[in-house]
Amino acid sequence: MSDVAIAPRAQFFEDADRITHDTEHRRRIQTAMGKYYVSRYSRQALFRNWQEARQTAAETKWAALKELDKHLEAFERNATARGTQVHWTSTGEQARQVIVDIIRRHNARRIVKSKVMTSEEIHLNQLLEQLGYDVIESDLGEYIQQLKGEPPYHFVFPCMHLSREEISDLFENHLGTAQTHDPEELTMIARRVLRQKYIDADIGITGANFVVADTGMISITENEGNARLTAALPRVMITLVGIEKVLPKFSDLALFLPMLATAGTGQPLTGYNTMYAGPKQPGESDGPIEWHVIFLDNNRTALLADPQQRDALHCIRCGACLNVCPIFKNVGGLSYGTTYQGPIGSVITPHFRGLQDWKHLSGASSLCGACTETCPVKIDLHHHLLHNRRNAIDEKRGFLEGMLWRGFTFLINRPKLFSLSIKLGRLFQPLHALVKGTIFDPAAAWTKSRELPEVAHESFRDYWKRRQSK
Amino acid sequence: MTEREKIFTRIRDALKTQAPMPGHHGSSHKPHAISEARNAIAGARQWLPDPGADSAAWLEQFQKLSAELKTVVHLCNDEADVHSKLRELALAEGWRKVAAHRHPLISPAATAIALPALETDGGYDANEMAKCDVGITACDALVAQTGSIFLTTRSAGGRALSVLPPHHVVIAHRDQLVPDLPAAFELMTRLYGENQWPSMSTLITGPSRTGDIERILVLGAHGPRKLTVFLI
Repeated sequence: MSDVAIAPRAQFFEDADRITHDTEHRRRIQTAMGKYYVSRYSRQALFRNWQEARQTAAETKWAALKELDKHLEAFERNATARGTQVHWTSTGEQARQVIVDIIRRHNARRIVKSKVMTSEEIHLNQLLEQLGYDVIESDLGEYIQQLKGEPPYHFVFPCMHLSREEISDLFENHLGTAQTHDPEELTMIARRVLRQKYIDADIGITGANFVVADTGMISITENEGNARLTAALPRVMITLVGIEKVLPKFSDLALFLPMLATAGTGQPLTGYNTMYAGPKQPGESDGPIEWHVIFLDNNRTALLADPQQRDALHCIRCGACLNVCPIFKNVGGLSYGTTYQGPIGSVITPHFRGLQDWKHLSGASSLCGACTETCPVKIDLHHHLLHNRRNAIDEKRGFLEGMLWRGFTFLINRPKLFSLSIKLGRLFQPLHALVKGTIFDPAAAWTKSRELPEVAHESFRDYWKRRQSK
Repeated sequence: MTEREKIFTRIRDALKTQAPMPGHHGSSHKPHAISEARNAIAGARQWLPDPGADSAAWLEQFQKLSAELKTVVHLCNDEADVHSKLRELALAEGWRKVAAHRHPLISPAATAIALPALETDGGYDANEMAKCDVGITACDALVAQTGSIFLTTRSAGGRALSVLPPHHVVIAHRDQLVPDLPAAFELMTRLYGENQWPSMSTLITGPSRTGDIERILVLGAHGPRKLTVFLI
């Protein structure tokens, strides 16, 4: 299942360890999240009833998934009636092939992209660059990450870990621009570079936040206007979207758009929420002559087949669970090594890319439940982390862990032996100081950053016996 | 079997087992009945932020949010008032070329500015539009609850006119102001109905913005740096 060079687990532990000790990095994330908390929770407080709104959103998504096949058919019927071409792909490989075929058919060279998380999932940019196409990310954060040669750090705030100095250096190296530490000037540099790209591009690729079944529309949420330009100027538009993004009705957006904006960034509504119903229609002055909507499964149906965790497909990718997660804030977004970071990423990645390769992410959790509490569509995130742990063990029991538990069961069932082992523990614990922190330390993983608790001087059994005999 | 059939077969197989209703996981919340959930959005209005009780309150809310969002709102007595304010703005910002579309409110305004104008109707050159200082459009509705402007390719001269020039000017009538998002979506359905949909509809909430660099707000990331609404 795995397509990465080093084992995801080893990479995670190495990166998480490094980032956790980087106090400057942690300070930067804390500052950014502090701003998020203020705007998000003050915006949320303006809802007349946020909890009821969450419940309604969760039920709407639940009902949407319950009849997913019918909604997808309705979308296809309504969209194709206006000339949209709909494609169905089971794997990343198939989706990549459909996209390359469209590009070749139009003899396209230049491609401009707005934010498309599913394209990160199928490693589209790497392929298109290998094939010699000029591919450019137009979302400012994604553009910066593209220049840096790094995947997005956070699926809503792609370069939140970078300082303005680092971004200025990046622009100087890649674009030859003068150093500036003013965020506005930095943004204007990107604006100037990217502006001509929209006009020159042959093909625009976008993602989608919602698929509206009853009108055959795709809804895209953004702040910068880059997706709108990507969908306005190139003559061919491609939209890549996961099959689960369905909302039954157009009017459902009236609830989901403000909830996404509130949970995602603390705005009343995100800058642009745009609903596309087809390619350029007769009588319209602009827009692409062709529009391709590519649906991607990529193991989403495997998650759909698990009724216990199916609600993970409700996700509207607001990123709130990342923002509140104590693990995310300490290990950082890149350590995950996944397209989707944070709690939601830890829940769904094992389904998308293999449980045994990605089960370690479900272990990296304090089970505090902050993610579940903040989720606007009520995904039971922290319980799903437990479900993943259970499923991983049911599927494959580790030999050492099995031995350990069998040994423990053996010991705990024999009172005399148990009592003896405690006495021995008390006797030998002072010797632990000799090996502490070395490779001979059996408790090294714990003692690296913590003290081992001392074995009690008197066990409860001994205490009870002494008390009775008084 | 085509890939489409394979995907639909997997979906139908997966859906043979029901998932529990949301809100069951340790929460004390009593779930709504399913039929109620299907009609939930009609009722969702009551959970959203309060836009106020009457049109005066809606206007106040729209102005308040616009100020937060850095949208400039001018209340105007009539079209002549709009035209004179537009001429002042053109002078103050040094406009040299405007982009507009054919519309009873917009065409006279574009003429009144007395500058070279690009009209999008029937097609245009994107390089020429990129040189325009301003895009002037009409809209379908204004939303008090969120400070948004709802417009479509049909009501606002295409996809690019309201996002490519660095300044977007909207001219609208005060009675186009609706209280909340559910009302806005109802209005759009009434206007365009089934299979009459323009290829693009968009809710614009403030000028283009980004917070990607250290979460510091910068206006005019790719779209307009300025958004001005003239309300008659």
